[in-house]
Amino acid sequence: MTNGCGAPAQGGSIDVSTTETVLEGKVLSEGTPVGGAFVRLLDSTGEFTAEVVTSPEGDFRFFAAPGSWTVRALHRSGNGQADVSAFGPGVHAVEIAVA
Amino acid sequence: MSRENVLVSAAWSEENLQTPGVVFAEVDEDTTAYDGGHIPGAVKIDWKNDLQDPVRRDFVDREGFEKLLSAKGISNDDTVILYGGNNNWFAAYAYWYFKLYGHQNVKLLDGGRKKWELDGRPLDKEEVVRDATSYTAQEQDLSIRAFRDEVVDAIGNKNLVDVRSPDEFSGKLLAPAHLPQEQAQRGGHIPSAVNVPWSKAANEDGTFKSDEELRELYAEAGFDGSRKTIAYCRIGERSSHTWFALRELLGHEDVKNYDGSWTEYGSLIGVPIELGSGKES
Repeated sequence: MTNGCGAPAQGGSIDVSTTETVLEGKVLSEGTPVGGAFVRLLDSTGEFTAEVVTSPEGDFRFFAAPGSWTVRALHRSGNGQADVSAFGPGVHAVEIAVA
Repeated sequence: MSRENVLVSAAWSEENLQTPGVVFAEVDEDTTAYDGGHIPGAVKIDWKNDLQDPVRRDFVDREGFEKLLSAKGISNDDTVILYGGNNNWFAAYAYWYFKLYGHQNVKLLDGGRKKWELDGRPLDKEEVVRDATSYTAQEQDLSIRAFRDEVVDAIGNKNLVDVRSPDEFSGKLLAPAHLPQEQAQRGGHIPSAVNVPWSKAANEDGTFKSDEELRELYAEAGFDGSRKTIAYCRIGERSSHTWFALRELLGHEDVKNYDGSWTEYGSLIGVPIELGSGKES
């Protein structure tokens, strides 16, 4: 609550409790991390759920719930997306290539 | 109210960075974004440190708002162009807040920081210093701010628009999915509320959808234009974005933002809560 709706720092490592479902990864352009990309989390119906801006190392992270998700990245250099199946708590890694 | 009175385009903004009487102000969910590069000449307003009372859960008072705007070099006659990240989420909140204290010449940069960046427009890290002013604020305009008793009374007779994501509305999540789910209050939504996620009012690049698309969006969800309306979310920021769409773009007259929102309502003892999608099966 005290942090309101402001996104925490992207990247680094976090402790994930046994009940949390975390989706995290990097945005890459030809294998190079893309900082400052807009990453959108879309639910299984394509509905927008949340958006973060990647760290300088291209990292993003979402605290989601078990289910099927799509992560979509927008950047000046191009857009891209990837699907993630997170059927259970824990950290689910995903990379997004933009072109 | 028409779109030209409340929104400016990124192109217009870039041409008017030096225009006297126009002040750009960045309000971001990520309060460090400004420091990494901002629209040239724009001042920064920190939604948390500048706009929230440091002790009580409330806004800074009228005097505090006067002090803030005076220090930022904003005068009563200036046209303030607000922008920020995430579809102007926090900029829309600041817009509502400026209106609450009676500043009429305020507009949003359509698409906010995202559109500006995707367009490849300039950002710089120059420190922005404006001469202090002597700003005079009005008493809060409570015709645009709803409190909890009014919200409970509105169940079943006003439009209650819950603008959180479907998973927050149903009670599955307690906070947006980019945040740790650490909230302690109950999940669900206010009975009779319709769920229209705030983000549906925006295009992918952060600009607002057309009036026609917006009208269709709310009508489809069961929004009744003949009724008064209260919008809410978790802490009142996303709902400012919807408040903007309903009142400033579509011209609905009696629309309030409930800034206590779910973090207040979902912690109240004795109020009704509805779970699930809310749609009749």
